[in-house]
Amino acid sequence: MVVVANAFGEALHLLTSFDAELMGIIGLSLQVSLGALVVAAAIGLPFGAALALYEFPGRRPIAVFLNALMGLPPVVVGLFVYLALSRAGPFGFFELLFTPTAMVIAQTILITPIIAALTRQLTEDLWREYGEQLRSLGSGAGRAIPTLLWDGRYALVTVLLAGLGRAMAEVGAVIIVGGNIAGYTRVMTTTIALETSKGNLSLALGLGIVLMLLALIVTAAAYLVRETAVRQLG
Amino acid sequence: MKAIRLILAGLALAAGANAGLAAERTIRIASTTSTENSGLFKHILPAFEKTSGIRVQVVAVGTGQAIRLAQRGDADVLLVHHKPSEVTFVREGFGVERFDVMYNDFVLIGPKGDPAKIRGGRDVTAALRKIAKARAVFASRGDDSGTHKKELGLWRAAKVDVKTTGGQWYRETGSGMGAALNTASGLNAYILSDRATWVAFKNKGNLAVLVEGDRRLFNQYGVILVNPKKHPHVKVKDGNAFITWLTSTEGQKTIAAFKVKGRQLFFPNAKR
Amino acid sequence: MATNNGIQPLHLEQVSYAVRGRTLIDAIDATITAGERTIILGPNGAGKSLLLRLCHGLIAPTGGRVAWGGPFAREARKRQAMVFQRPVMLRRSAAANIDYALGLRGFSGADRKARLAEALRNTGLAELAGRPARVLSGGEQQRLALARAWALEPEVLFLDEPTANLDPAASREVERIIGAIHASGTKIVMTSHDLGQARRLADEVLFLHGGRLVERSPAEAFFERPRTDTADAFMRGELYW
Repeated sequence: MVVVANAFGEALHLLTSFDAELMGIIGLSLQVSLGALVVAAAIGLPFGAALALYEFPGRRPIAVFLNALMGLPPVVVGLFVYLALSRAGPFGFFELLFTPTAMVIAQTILITPIIAALTRQLTEDLWREYGEQLRSLGSGAGRAIPTLLWDGRYALVTVLLAGLGRAMAEVGAVIIVGGNIAGYTRVMTTTIALETSKGNLSLALGLGIVLMLLALIVTAAAYLVRETAVRQLG
Repeated sequence: MKAIRLILAGLALAAGANAGLAAERTIRIASTTSTENSGLFKHILPAFEKTSGIRVQVVAVGTGQAIRLAQRGDADVLLVHHKPSEVTFVREGFGVERFDVMYNDFVLIGPKGDPAKIRGGRDVTAALRKIAKARAVFASRGDDSGTHKKELGLWRAAKVDVKTTGGQWYRETGSGMGAALNTASGLNAYILSDRATWVAFKNKGNLAVLVEGDRRLFNQYGVILVNPKKHPHVKVKDGNAFITWLTSTEGQKTIAAFKVKGRQLFFPNAKR
Repeated sequence: MATNNGIQPLHLEQVSYAVRGRTLIDAIDATITAGERTIILGPNGAGKSLLLRLCHGLIAPTGGRVAWGGPFAREARKRQAMVFQRPVMLRRSAAANIDYALGLRGFSGADRKARLAEALRNTGLAELAGRPARVLSGGEQQRLALARAWALEPEVLFLDEPTANLDPAASREVERIIGAIHASGTKIVMTSHDLGQARRLADEVLFLHGGRLVERSPAEAFFERPRTDTADAFMRGELYW
């Protein structure tokens, strides 16, 4: 428990020292996970909404499969992407392995199912509420997608935060496809893993505290945005 | 469509992180956790980057994984510490030529209480036999690394079959040196480690070096350029520049100058 | 313009609706013509809301057919509107909700702005135009739903128990607006289980019970001299399902 006590001291020291290396690591963590979130949202939001609104054969099994994909183990995703991007693999000529882009790709694969599955559920509920009125006004399912997504925007913020949280918290995927290269592909979680393996347990835990503070700031910011908007628009 | 613009924005964010290095000369080394965790690379690479202008990216994994990585062409240079594997690597055409770089030694670590009573011994196989006889907990890397292969070789030399007699006391952690040391520290177990990682390790707990100095604990590091005939994209010129520097007087001096807590951890022995 | 007789009359030919073996609408034959205010009356569970949705095209009948007979029948979708028992508003301002509907129908430019302003004015909502629609009271939201429908100038307006959840004052206001919409040339087809409201608004009554069209008469005839026992029992308050 001494380790835990020391960890808070380490965290404080890390935060106040504005160490350049740490700043770089935090910056990269945000870049990679936010980048993955943007791509995952661009794919997952319309896909999830379409899955809720369009009737087609195989719709139910796809929805079930999507829900199952939410539990994809990060290390499996990492291994899969590594094999794909490796020089000996099908996409090797893109030279993406061990770069931040590879990390974004891996995390995108990881969190798109979460965003799609949650959006599907949300859209289904919204369509139940709005569907008749929208159809009466002449809107088909396709036209309704942006309308429903916009109307459900507050709940969607929570969905996006869930995706971002999963991305920022994982280490299995980014460490395999990124290689944890110092100054290049090292992010918060991989640094914590590294420091743990060096026996620097207090520092590792301190970094963990910093990471959670980061997550707290992002979540609080999203909450504030949502609250002010709700107050204005009901 | 809006979605496509968002996807491009996300990838641009990532590319932004890549872009900084696009114009530089870089090479990628597949190496082991022992060299990375000890802090050696952090010490010697800036010196090389300064004289050559080449940035070195290090992917540090277990020896087995590093070799497979190099076989797939995902690195330009291989720097590990298991000579038989390295020789095979070159013989099978994956590497151009193997060079000695430096050595250090392995040490047999255990709990200060030393239930197997091996402290102070100079014969590592005798010590291992005592551990097996006492059925004292032993933590193994279990990950096909150089250290792991060395450990298995020593058990064979001690004529102990850990596979059949291991049972309760022989614990395969399947992890890197640092993680295995954490486990050993938590279990108060015996463990074989390279000295560099051990000296730099900060969670020693109740463990200490009990047996050292046996000739068989010698740990040689070798460096190899990945074969451009197998992987044409390998950066031959810059990779060779690194190997040349590493085995040059300057590189060797830089290696020798690396000390942790006043101790030199790696001893240069390149043949020139 | 949409309020001309382009799609009417509406033909219901042996229209049935059954789900999981239960028949909810049982072979209804009727032709609904332009002009009068038609009220579909009946106790709860009679199938009024279902019939309205079949007429409006939100649901397809499982038997028989629903067909518009006018020359512009192919444009039927665009020349109707519906107001539901609970108003469904988007999370945007009152005006934006009306504007959204106008956009869906393809209106733009000055015409769109004019329709928006007029709809707000006619329903007394001009001052609330910028407010978030969802913070408005139940009565205000229902008026907004009517404004939204009115802005589209539908030829036929379906209303499903529009005042069921409103207090008397709000109900009167809604009825007034319905009257005004009718006066501007829109056919009104409305369901209700409220006798008083039916007496106030109906020109003709379609009385439904158990999914069947039991009686159809001009309003005065229906209320003074119902021809069937069921209708009679309903008006005396003795019909329980």
